[in-house]
Amino acid sequence: MADQVLDAKGLNCPLPILRTKKALKDMPTGATLEILATDPGAVKDFEAFCRTTGNELVSSNVNGGVYSFVIKHTA
Amino acid sequence: MSDETNAKSMSIIVTKGTLDWAYPPFILATTAAAMGLDVTMFFTFYGLALLKKDLDLKVNPLGNAAMEMPMGGGHMAMPNILAALPGATALTTNMMKNMIKKKGVASIEELRDMALEADVKMIACQMTMDLFEYKKEDMIEGPVLGGAASWVDVATRSDINLYI
Repeated sequence: MADQVLDAKGLNCPLPILRTKKALKDMPTGATLEILATDPGAVKDFEAFCRTTGNELVSSNVNGGVYSFVIKHTA
Repeated sequence: MSDETNAKSMSIIVTKGTLDWAYPPFILATTAAAMGLDVTMFFTFYGLALLKKDLDLKVNPLGNAAMEMPMGGGHMAMPNILAALPGATALTTNMMKNMIKKKGVASIEELRDMALEADVKMIACQMTMDLFEYKKEDMIEGPVLGGAASWVDVATRSDINLYI
């Protein structure tokens, strides 16, 4: 279970990333954030976001059209 | 900027002010800021209109053969002769705004607010202010006034420089 969940379903680029950044900012280092999204572009975007920012992408899954990403706030 | 902090940096020259062309600079600026980059936007010519307090952005397909709207499962382009008719701009602008809402795409106002919130630096072109007789009180708070040299200065210290 992630420490916090962000529902970004129905939002299009770049809103899931922007909302994620906003949520991470207020979370302590080491905390995990689960993001739910329906934007298929988010799969590649969350990889890119984590690579560039240095946060850890713990998991990336898809289930019935809903993508879920778990990011550990490390940067 | 890169020599002041360790962060990567990006500058964008924003030259277009229609509803469609307003998106790329604001999407890239907000995303880059969210990814930790220092971002500077330089608004000049028609792009300067994007800094007005009251945005009334429009789009018209006239002369843009690539613009087609999804319609009844297919796509429809508007012939130039129709796009030139009175009311065509209002029609296409409404269609675009409805699509934006339906598809969960942010509004330009929203993206602009988020850019300011994320400390994206904005420079409003003084020459364009004079040229088009824009008043400072009609523009949003935040951007500073400057000219080409201000952008060149930022650009020489930026990792990415874009012209949109």
